[in-house]
Amino acid sequence: MEGITALIRLPGLQVDWQTLLTVNLPILVAVIIAVPAALVGYTLGAEFLVKRLPKRSQPSVRPWVWVGPAILIVGLILVYPMVGTIIRSFFDRGGSKFVGLDNFVRMLTDNGVLIALRNNVYWLVLYTGLVLVFGLLLAVLSDRVRYEKPVKSLIFMPMAISFVAMAIIWQFVYYYKDPSEPQTGTLNAILVNIFHGQPITWIQDTRFNNFALILIGVWGATGFAMVILSAALKGIPGELLEAARVDGATELTIFRRIILPLMMPTIVVVGTTMVIFALKAFDVVYVMTAGNYNTDILARRMYSELYNAGNNANASALAVILLLAVVPVLIFNLRQFRAVEARR
Amino acid sequence: MGRLIRVVALVSSAILGLTACGASNSAAGKIGGTVHVLGTWTGNEKDAFDAVMKPFTDQTGVKISFEATRDLNAILQTKVAAGNPPDVTGAPGIGTLIKLARAGKIVTLDDKLDMSQLNANYGADWINLGKIDGKLYTLYAWAALKGLVWYDPKAFAAKGYQVPKTWDELIALQTKIKSDGGKPWCIALESQAASGWPGSDWVKEIVLSQSGPTVYDAWWQGKQKWTSTEIKQAWQTWGQILGPNDSNVYGGSQYMGATTFGDGGQGLFASPPKCYMFNQGSFITSFFDGYTPKPTAGTDYAVFPLPDVNSANAGAHVLAGDAFVMTKDTPQARALMKYLATADAQDIWVKRGGGKIAINKQVSLNDYPDPISKALAQVVISTKIGRYDAGDLMPSDMQAAYWSAVLKFVQNQSQLDSILSDLDKKQATAYASS
Repeated sequence: MEGITALIRLPGLQVDWQTLLTVNLPILVAVIIAVPAALVGYTLGAEFLVKRLPKRSQPSVRPWVWVGPAILIVGLILVYPMVGTIIRSFFDRGGSKFVGLDNFVRMLTDNGVLIALRNNVYWLVLYTGLVLVFGLLLAVLSDRVRYEKPVKSLIFMPMAISFVAMAIIWQFVYYYKDPSEPQTGTLNAILVNIFHGQPITWIQDTRFNNFALILIGVWGATGFAMVILSAALKGIPGELLEAARVDGATELTIFRRIILPLMMPTIVVVGTTMVIFALKAFDVVYVMTAGNYNTDILARRMYSELYNAGNNANASALAVILLLAVVPVLIFNLRQFRAVEARR
Repeated sequence: MGRLIRVVALVSSAILGLTACGASNSAAGKIGGTVHVLGTWTGNEKDAFDAVMKPFTDQTGVKISFEATRDLNAILQTKVAAGNPPDVTGAPGIGTLIKLARAGKIVTLDDKLDMSQLNANYGADWINLGKIDGKLYTLYAWAALKGLVWYDPKAFAAKGYQVPKTWDELIALQTKIKSDGGKPWCIALESQAASGWPGSDWVKEIVLSQSGPTVYDAWWQGKQKWTSTEIKQAWQTWGQILGPNDSNVYGGSQYMGATTFGDGGQGLFASPPKCYMFNQGSFITSFFDGYTPKPTAGTDYAVFPLPDVNSANAGAHVLAGDAFVMTKDTPQARALMKYLATADAQDIWVKRGGGKIAINKQVSLNDYPDPISKALAQVVISTKIGRYDAGDLMPSDMQAAYWSAVLKFVQNQSQLDSILSDLDKKQATAYASS
C-alpha cells in the first residue's frame, strides 16, 4: 500500500508543475513578438524617413539613427546610475546634505579599506601576471602536441563553473585539520605526507591567505586567456616561422623575437581584461572569508557597506574609487583592441 | 497504520485549530492562491518547514512558494526596494526588519492576529520581542536555547568529572581537565560569511549572566560602549575560558578559525576525547545527527546550561528563533501568520527535533522527541531572564563587525583594547538611521 502511494507521488521528485508552467502570457507575448516587431518597425520606419532626406545629409544622419537605441539603453542602465552614484558619493548617508569629499576621506583613512586597497594591488599584479604567464605557456606548449584539444578543453573547463562553486571546490583543497589528525585537505595532505611539514590554515593564515584566494581566481581564468592567446598564436603565418628556422634561429629565439612581438597586442588586450577582472573580484573572497583575516577587497567592502550597513554614502564613494581605477585601463584596453583590429 | 492515524489526527486538529481562529474571513476554510515565503532554510530545516506547511496547504488550499537564501538581509532589502517583496519572511535576525518596519515596509500584526488568543498562548516576553516601537511586527514560531554546554557523559564518568553548577566549578573543572592532560573545550568558528558568530554567542551569554539584562539591552541598543567595563569584562571572562594563547581549546586559534561550527562537536566523540565540552545552541543536535557514527542523545551526549557567572542574574538565558514578518498584506499571508502561531504548527516542528522548542504554551512537553530536548524545553519554560540573541538584534553591520572582532580576538587576545575601540567606532555609525 505504502509502496504504491510512494510510486505515484515520488516523494523525492515533487515537481510543482502548476508553478513551473505558469507563464505570464502578456509578458511572454511582449518579449517574443512585440520587442522584435518594435525593433524591425523602428529600423524600417527610420530608414524610410532617412531616405526622404536630401542625398547629401543621409550619410551623416543614418549612423545616429542606427546607434540611437543602443545609446539610449546604455545611457539608461549604465550612464544614469553611474552619474547618480558619483553625485551620491558627495552627499551624506541620507542623500540630502552635501558633504564634499568627506566620504572619500573617511573611506581612504579607514584601516579596513586600506587593507582592501592593498589586496586589490595584490590581485592586480599577481592575478593578471599569473593568468597571462600560465595562459601563454599553455597556449604555446599545447600548440606543439598531438593531444592539444583534450588538454585545452580540460584547462578551459573551470570557466564553465561559477565562482561560488569554484570556491567550494577549493575549500576542500585548502581544508585544515589539527596536526594530530590525518589531513584530508589536498594541499595539507601533500605538505604533511610528502614534505613532512606542518599543516597550514591556508584561508586564515595572513601570510598565505591572499595568495591562496588569488590562486583560485587564476585557476578559473587561465583557460580563458589560453584560448584567446592560442587563437592569436595560430594566426601567425607558418612561413614566417619556417623562414626563421631555415636561417638557423633556435626555438627560444623564434619565440622571443617573432612569436612574442606578433602576439603582443593580444597579450595586452587579455592583460587589461584581467586587470579589470581583478578590480571587480568579489565572489571568491565573499564565499571563502567574507573579507576576514585581512583578505578584504574593495568590491566586497562596497557590497557590505551597501547591504549590511545600508550606507549609500560610503558605498558610492567606494564605487567611484573603483571606477576611477578601472577607467584608464578601460580606455587603454579599447585603444589596444582597435590596434589589433586595425592590423588584421 | 498507526502512523496514518497520527497523521490524520494531526491534520484534523490543524483544521480545527485553523477554523477556530480563521473562521471570520473564510467560512469554507479554502482560500486558495499562493503565498511567497523567503527564508534561510535548506536541507533538514527546509524539510521541517515543508512538513509544517503541509497541513496548512491541505486545509486552506494555499500553496507555498519558497525561496531560500543564506544572505537574507541583502535579498530582502533588494526585493523591498524593487517593490517586489515576498509575502512572508522568516528572518534569523531582526536588525534589517527594524529598519524596514520604521520605513513602513512591513505589516503590523496587532490588528491582523487574534491578540487575546496570542496573549493566552504566548509568554509576554515573546510577544514583546516581536514589537518594534510599540507595535507588533514579528512573530516567533519556535525558540532555540543558546549557552548550552554539550559533553559526553561516558567521558566525564571515566575521568570522574562532575557537571559544574557554578562558574567557579566550571573554571575548576577546566583546570582539572588540563592537569589531566586533556583539552577542556572545542570551539569552531567557521561559518562562511558569518564566521565568528559562535564566539559572539559566548560573549553575549557572559554579558547577560555577568552584568544582567539592563546592560545587555543597552548594549544591543547601541547605548552601552564596547569599551565599557562590563563589556570588556565579558570578553576577558571569555579569554579565561580560552586560556592564554587559546591553550584551553583543542587545536588553538588555527583549529577554531578553520573548523565549521557544525563540526565543532566531533572532538567530544573521539576516542580518546579531543575535548570534553562544547558550547552551542540547542539546534546543534541536528548537526550531531550527521556525524559518523551517529551519537545517541542521552548516552553519547548530554547537556548542561552554562553556569551563572553572577548569581544575581541566575536563570538568565539567551534565546533565538526565526522571526516571521508579513512583508505584504495578502489573505494568504495572514492565514499563514495565524497558522504559525498555533500549537499545531509548532508541534510539528518540535516533534522533528533539531533543538527547536515551541513558544506556544499549548504544546505538550511530552511531544519532545528525546529526553534532552524535553529538558531544554523545561529550561526555556523556567527561564527567569530571557533575552533574544543580542547580535541578531544589532544592525547587521554592527553584527558583522562583532563576528569579525571574535576572529581577531582568538588570534591575539592582547589586542582586546584596539578591537573594542574599533567596535565603538562602528557603533557610532551603525545605529544612525540612513
